[in-house]
Amino acid sequence: MDLGELSSCLGSASCLVTQVSAGLTIGLLLFLVASGLTLIFGVLGLVNFAHGTLYMLGSYFALTAYGATGSFLAAMAAGAFGVAIVGLLMERFLLSRIYGSDVLMQLLVCYAIILIVDDLVKIIWGGDFLKMDLPDAFRQPPVIIAGGIIPYYYLILFGITATIAVALAYGMGRTRFGRTVRAAAVNPGMVGALGINTAAIFAAVFGIGSLLAGLAGALSAPIRSVVPGAGVSILIESFIVTVIGGMGSISGALIAALLIGFTRSFGSIGFPLFTEGMMFLMMALVLLLKPSGLAGKSQA
Amino acid sequence: MRTALSWRGDVLVAALAFVALAVPAFALGVSSVHDFAVRFAIFGLLAMSLNLLIGTTGLVSFGHAAFFGSGAYAFGLLMQSGGWSVPAAILAAMAFTAVLALAIGTLCVRLSEIYFAFLTLAFQMLIHSLVISWVSLTGGDQGLMGGVPKPPFLGIDLGDARHLAMFSAFCLLVSVVALRQIVRSPFGAALRMLRDNPERAAFVGLSIFRYRLAAFVIAGTFAGLAGVLMSLYVSGAFPTFLYWTTSGEAIFMIMLGGITVFLGPLVGTAIFLVLNDRITNITEHHGLVMGSILLVLVLGLRKGLLDFVVDAWRERQEKRT
Repeated sequence: MDLGELSSCLGSASCLVTQVSAGLTIGLLLFLVASGLTLIFGVLGLVNFAHGTLYMLGSYFALTAYGATGSFLAAMAAGAFGVAIVGLLMERFLLSRIYGSDVLMQLLVCYAIILIVDDLVKIIWGGDFLKMDLPDAFRQPPVIIAGGIIPYYYLILFGITATIAVALAYGMGRTRFGRTVRAAAVNPGMVGALGINTAAIFAAVFGIGSLLAGLAGALSAPIRSVVPGAGVSILIESFIVTVIGGMGSISGALIAALLIGFTRSFGSIGFPLFTEGMMFLMMALVLLLKPSGLAGKSQA
Repeated sequence: MRTALSWRGDVLVAALAFVALAVPAFALGVSSVHDFAVRFAIFGLLAMSLNLLIGTTGLVSFGHAAFFGSGAYAFGLLMQSGGWSVPAAILAAMAFTAVLALAIGTLCVRLSEIYFAFLTLAFQMLIHSLVISWVSLTGGDQGLMGGVPKPPFLGIDLGDARHLAMFSAFCLLVSVVALRQIVRSPFGAALRMLRDNPERAAFVGLSIFRYRLAAFVIAGTFAGLAGVLMSLYVSGAFPTFLYWTTSGEAIFMIMLGGITVFLGPLVGTAIFLVLNDRITNITEHHGLVMGSILLVLVLGLRKGLLDFVVDAWRERQEKRT
């Protein structure tokens, strides 16, 4: 613990700028993963423990596509759409069989998927740490604001993730599709009776969640090491976000993801060994005081 | 009178099992057999204690390893401090995990289903983080180093692999008999009622909170004993004991064997350990094989192996009559 260093950082503008930008970037990337997780839980009632695995696959797909084409856009598209396809296959052939069964079943099926995919990744890409290169266009000197250093790629990440967050909020809140999805979450039987194909809605939601996880994996490939099993830590953080924000709530996920992002960036200065403990402490407090989460509606 | 009889019957069966298993293992003197016996006792006890929560009470805990690891650390630290005999340290470590389970359980058992699972997970990871960051006491990431002293007591020297195997088997059997008595007692019947119909249980005047908490503490205490054995086995304690993967493996073992049959978790533990050893020997793609087996089991049978066998047998009986 080094709380003195933390308070001196809070007092200096340069350190504050650096940490806030890092926290925002971590938080928004986390939001992409966690929003899919919370959406899938809210609509399908499924706790997708394999969500981190989709994130990891996104990183690997992007890495391979970038190596083959050298185009950043192609890498991002490969990560996002490749994982969406994998997610849809997973949903159709495995997970749709266990909708409505208890959480123990869901845990075990997802655990099996994690074990299998981790091993397949090891066979295809090897077990070593990999990293995706950045295209030349993104290799700019870091931006300096008030003495604080912000890597150029962080600004790009911030732009992309913030755009998606807004698009997601608009799509779920204002479009016809968003309304249908929300209705299906509350009463799938009634929605089905109105002539809407709920199985297709469920698959689409799972596809969108997978796409977001894959995109987050692709975006993070240049800044984090890509390795089999990389999905686990992001899965745990996404769970914390989902629980703190309220399971099923996208706006709650955004608030919680930023909270976790800042905990990570400032915690690495003040209590580096206890950052994970701090996140779980927050999760435990939320569960004890308001189990439905910060933005969740309380249920009986 | 019936309970007294079944109590004697259980002890008799356990004693016979002990003689049938432990004595040949002792006489054979093959170290891999001793090794397996100790690991079977450790994980069997962990799985059996967890099933008191999952199978009997209907509480799915993702954080059971918290008590496993705490037992291991408490025992290791007590023995390293010197001045403790092994039996006294075992009892103290179990008492410590019981108190810890009481504290965590008081907060957790009020929540239901998924929230209970997540809160137990959160507390487990919190303890894991505490162990990692409290380096001066626990050795942090490296684990509890320097070995755990095992002074002989009553002619038992736990430094000897054969003695340790016998002692672990003994602890497992005593615990299994105790757990069976608990499950079959009126208290156990109340727990099953809480699982199947909590509203009805509350209506007839049972305190859901107190019964669930009692089950949580009992399960935690036995997991603590499993942790003590683990600490004796590896002569130390490591943060992975408290990590969520350990809880995940315990759930895996239970599901392999079955949750509705009392001895299901023990069968699951045996299958898990044998599979683990075999697969590691045959192929390096351990996860691929384990994952596929799990997938077939969960999606195909939709229950544990013993559950499946027992249900199939009952169905045949019914057809006959």
